[in-house]
Amino acid sequence: MSRPALPNGLVAFVKRDCPTCELVAPVLADLAGRAGVTVYTQDDPAFPDLPEGGTRVDDTALENAYLHEVEAVPTLLRVVDGAEQERTEGWVRTDWESLTGERDLGPGLPEWRPGCGSRSVEPEAARELMVRFGSDRLKARRLPLASAEDEMEALFDRGFTDGLPVVPPTEARVLAMLEGTSRDADEVVAHVPPDGAPCTVEKIAINAVLAGCKPEYLPVVLAAVEAACTDAFNIHGLLATTMPTGPVIVVNGPIRQRIGMNAGKNVFGQGNRANLTIGRALQLVIRNMGGGRPGEIDRATFGNPGKLAFCFPEDEEGSPWEPLSEWLGRPAGEDCVTLFPGEGPRSVVDQLSRDPESLSRTFAVNLRTLHHPKLVMAFDCILAVGPEHGRVFREAGWSREQLLARLHELLLIPGSELVRGAGGIAEGLPESVASSTIPKFRPGGIHLVYCGGGAGLFSAIIGGWVGGEIGSQTVVQPIQP
Amino acid sequence: MSPRAILDPTPEQTPDKRPRLRRPASLDGLVVGLLDISKPLGDVFLERVAARLEEGGAEVRRYRKPTFTKPAPVDLRQQIAVECGAVVEALAD
Repeated sequence: MSRPALPNGLVAFVKRDCPTCELVAPVLADLAGRAGVTVYTQDDPAFPDLPEGGTRVDDTALENAYLHEVEAVPTLLRVVDGAEQERTEGWVRTDWESLTGERDLGPGLPEWRPGCGSRSVEPEAARELMVRFGSDRLKARRLPLASAEDEMEALFDRGFTDGLPVVPPTEARVLAMLEGTSRDADEVVAHVPPDGAPCTVEKIAINAVLAGCKPEYLPVVLAAVEAACTDAFNIHGLLATTMPTGPVIVVNGPIRQRIGMNAGKNVFGQGNRANLTIGRALQLVIRNMGGGRPGEIDRATFGNPGKLAFCFPEDEEGSPWEPLSEWLGRPAGEDCVTLFPGEGPRSVVDQLSRDPESLSRTFAVNLRTLHHPKLVMAFDCILAVGPEHGRVFREAGWSREQLLARLHELLLIPGSELVRGAGGIAEGLPESVASSTIPKFRPGGIHLVYCGGGAGLFSAIIGGWVGGEIGSQTVVQPIQP
Repeated sequence: MSPRAILDPTPEQTPDKRPRLRRPASLDGLVVGLLDISKPLGDVFLERVAARLEEGGAEVRRYRKPTFTKPAPVDLRQQIAVECGAVVEALAD
């Protein structure tokens, strides 16, 4: 939407309802007589009284205020060749004199008075203006709802939901969502499997509205979609698998706090809007843009509740170790998402270990059972260390690498325990490995993260799907503002 | 625009519907591709299928996906389409 041109010279935006505008009305009249002034008035087209040299423009529709991004009244601008050179808000005599090049303005007035909000930034008006002047930015098809149709039910009927109610993606909500990113609405972020349709920022914003996101979450959702749709992460296979796994999003960087994510109590549970709706938005993009629906391409035998939404931040501030994203090679302090192909979390209880060796052994025996105690090297994991367990390693000065090295040693398993038939269990590896020693996890397969509430001597394991190049690799993706 | 309208969250695409090919009238001389998706025990199934097909007079050719977790590479799909009159895929263990 192009802006209507402003006239050259001095231009003011006012409303009668603003006491500071009333206060400066004589100054505007004075300027009309000196240099001339054009006044855009937002509520009363007869305000203010201006002598010859002054022009009033009725801006009660707020078009000029909105398109010239006027946030306060009075706002005074100096325009040369149709281009704004300067602006000042409220009444500050020195600023007005400097901007106009005139002296002795408003001799009886105080030195300064703050202004009021422009009517164009009042929430209801702002939403309406955004749609009036921004809806042509939106390329998506409009789906009209019948007058008797309940909008929440309509979204279920059209198959757009994950089984829970969604927020109707109106133009106003989608435009507001797009304010959360500096990326262009037309930018293709990814081709979303299984259908491989090109997915723009706008389409992701629509699904983020459905999911209940706030605009400030959108950059995280965009990064998550981008990461999920890489060949390395292989969301296609992860979606189609019969295993109970789905994308798990770990967020690192200062954005965690800016958008109010929860890395503490109940970190994997309910209650935090950012955690839940970001995870949900990714799944809705896969469903609605990729066509990945349960029972169709999604062939999961059980699935898991985390397939509605599974997203959490790391507690970087409390952690004894560097953040996960740094371990994966990203710079310190960068906003990132890490996508891991994971099942639901399982608890590790150890309320007696107070030294790192004992606690490492607890981790190892629990990790050994992942998916099956006799299956090795196939699945990665997230080991989420809670604060009361993390303290044991911090106090002993154990680094991340030290803990990982010890876990590797403790999880070297004699092949004789793993072969088919061992332990009276048919599942297992071919007899050819009987004399080997095999680690439970491939190198780099254990992803340590630190999170959770401050009370409870617990940690958690999130088991992975087929790891590595043949399946899904963990992908870390920077978040663009 | 109606005030009660929502924006479409889907790609707004309509998939092509292509009819299935007719079943081959006979196995005699038919080239049948056997696609192993690299899942355990898929080869056992395909061995048995190969034997039966060859008994029926078909020529069998073998193909293999690099990994069962990803769609077959487009070159492999093209190769099978060019070289074979029919294909049998062993989906899972």
